[in-house]
Amino acid sequence: MANVSIRKVVKAYEGDVQAVKGIDLEIVDHEFVVLVGPSGCGKSTTLRMIAGLEEITAGEIWIGGDVVNDVPPRDRDIAMVFQNYALYPHMSVFDNMAFGLKLRKFPKEEIKRRVDEAAKMLDIQMLLDRKPKALSGGQRQRVAMGRAVVRNPKVFLFDEPLSNLDAKLRVQMRTEIKKLHQLVPTTTVYVTHDQIEAMTLADRVVVMNHGVIEQVGAPQELYHNPATRFVAGFIGSPAMNFLPCQLVDDGGLKVQLADGTKMAVPPQRVDRYGPFKGKKMTLGIRPEHMTETHDSEKPGVQRMNAKVDVVEPMGMETLVHHFVDGVAVCSRIDPNVHTGPGEILPLAVDMNNMHLIEDASNRVV
Amino acid sequence: MADGSTMVVGAPSAASTRPTGSMKMLARRRSMAALALCAPLILLIVCLKVYPTFYAVYLAMLDRRMNNFVGLDNFAFMLSRPSFQLVIFQSVFFAVTAVILKAFFGFVLAHLMHNIRGRNERVWRGLLLVPWVIPLALSTLTWWWLFDPSYSAFNWTLNALGIEDIAFLGSTWSARFSVIAVNVWYGAPFFMIMYLAALKSVPDQLYEAAAIDGANAWQKLVFITLPMMRNIILITVLYSLIVTFADFDIVRILTNGGPQDSTHLFATYAFTVGIQSGNIPRGAAVSLFMFPILATLAFFVLRDVMKRNKELS
Ligand SMILES: Nc1ncnc2c1ncn2[C@@H]1O[C@H](COP(=O)(O)OP(=O)(O)OP(=O)(O)O)[C@@H](O)[C@H]1O
Ligand SMILES: [Mg+2]
Repeated sequence: MANVSIRKVVKAYEGDVQAVKGIDLEIVDHEFVVLVGPSGCGKSTTLRMIAGLEEITAGEIWIGGDVVNDVPPRDRDIAMVFQNYALYPHMSVFDNMAFGLKLRKFPKEEIKRRVDEAAKMLDIQMLLDRKPKALSGGQRQRVAMGRAVVRNPKVFLFDEPLSNLDAKLRVQMRTEIKKLHQLVPTTTVYVTHDQIEAMTLADRVVVMNHGVIEQVGAPQELYHNPATRFVAGFIGSPAMNFLPCQLVDDGGLKVQLADGTKMAVPPQRVDRYGPFKGKKMTLGIRPEHMTETHDSEKPGVQRMNAKVDVVEPMGMETLVHHFVDGVAVCSRIDPNVHTGPGEILPLAVDMNNMHLIEDASNRVV
Repeated sequence: MADGSTMVVGAPSAASTRPTGSMKMLARRRSMAALALCAPLILLIVCLKVYPTFYAVYLAMLDRRMNNFVGLDNFAFMLSRPSFQLVIFQSVFFAVTAVILKAFFGFVLAHLMHNIRGRNERVWRGLLLVPWVIPLALSTLTWWWLFDPSYSAFNWTLNALGIEDIAFLGSTWSARFSVIAVNVWYGAPFFMIMYLAALKSVPDQLYEAAAIDGANAWQKLVFITLPMMRNIILITVLYSLIVTFADFDIVRILTNGGPQDSTHLFATYAFTVGIQSGNIPRGAAVSLFMFPILATLAFFVLRDVMKRNKELS
């Protein structure tokens, strides 16, 4: 177990493609950190640099107090789970899991003890004699995890380990990974492009975009206090609505949308938003904060009318899509509220959860 | 081709009326057409391979004048002759040594090729394939000239280094190794190209996983590359053993079996006995000695390959 520290790390591929553009990240011992971001943002590259599979163009990577820039993967004492598992097809499950220990010349009984223990933990004892080909996707996934666990390494690295599984199994394995980390709290770096996986698993989420880190923080913090427009739009599903707006003074500070709707800014935020009066801004508001109206609203809730375009019942909630001056907007309402296309639906907008983005810098203010 | 296209045009109308029946008919017509198209080739194989094989078996059981049936006498006689025992030894020695060396050099070259990335790779691969595409008889003549005791480039080079001439083809063991060397030179590119294809098909992630598991380059070779390539190695070695056992050109041109019949292989010896000395039944008997050896080899290795194919993939 160890901490990992990434300092000003740059990765440039030939042809001057900068996949990672100087990132800094401190991961403490036992922490579960998830790198998340859209495809091609440099997540895998970062992980592979930690593993030593990819050379570092500039900067330093520290594992457990040592610079490992020039240490080959086999001496870094890390374990990695690949997206397509990369199990050795010619070895049995037992041999797959034991391979790393055999190479490190562990005594036979110790190898057997550790493999059995890991197999029990992952519930694959009855598969030990099989070849990977004879396993289902979820079982292969477990074996790949077992191969990582038996080594008892300083750091676990996962590269989109669940993306080859079907939706149901993905949810189940997600829980198991979390359980595994509670049982064996090894420092973990986990890569995914699925923000739900990131939110559910992580102690801290690292949101990457175009080779830079947009924001690092606990899942709840990223959800409630995104730092940039990108993070605001990336975290949360369905995604946050972005509405072009202006701040106006109309008997108190108000947000004026493109279609003329005005909604008051909650009093505690007036000072914070005051300086942005008259600038081009964007109002960020999550679908769950645009809901059906109630008779008595709590303070800070404003009203607007929506001309319903599409209704999507999800069971525990209903998604309603509509437009504000040509911009698509989604809101989440109680499934008991009946509405249909073309109808006018009054909505309650919880301005206590609004976000205001400055268009010039794309930062949340 | 014309046959096939008319069937396709005719099919839809028939299919719309009676789908199952017409599908069956189509299938039957297709297999008939396939048979018709293959027939010339099958006929050719029967004429050139099957018939001569059985004819050879028949010939091998006649006496020298080819009018009396003598059963297995020819085989028994050959086995009892020291000169033929030498041929058996040399054939086995030649084939096994040459195949091992070909496989080894092919493997090394394939690894070199695999690690030369970029545009040069194709050039090098092309150059290394040259021995394989030159007609063997011609290139063996060139080797024969290179091995010449007095005027050859080899001995000239040795002289320049202060070493005395070597009569490459003049003494038993140096002749044996010369013959093997030419066979290896000719056959290694085939192994290289097969192993290169096999190497390229091993997923990079397995090596990455092994690197993380703690394997060094040698351990990756032993625990990943070799097991993953086991099938292709078996098949190429078997195939090459068969071809090398049956080799004719190199020995015929380079040494013609000499010195003192020490480099004769089954094929060249059969030719010498059967055609040059005119004892066709004995020649046929000699060539048939190869058959059980190769058939057994083929059986075992192919069985193993099938089993492994089911496990992997
Ligand atoms: N070997 C390479 N040579 C050149 N460019 C590369 C190479 N590998 C990756 N890249 C580029 O580096 C960038 C980051 O790649 P990376 O694999 O880290 O993305 P990612 O965030 O893991 O994406 P995904 O979610 O699709 O796996 C991409 O733009 C990619 O095209
Ligand atoms: Mg990736």
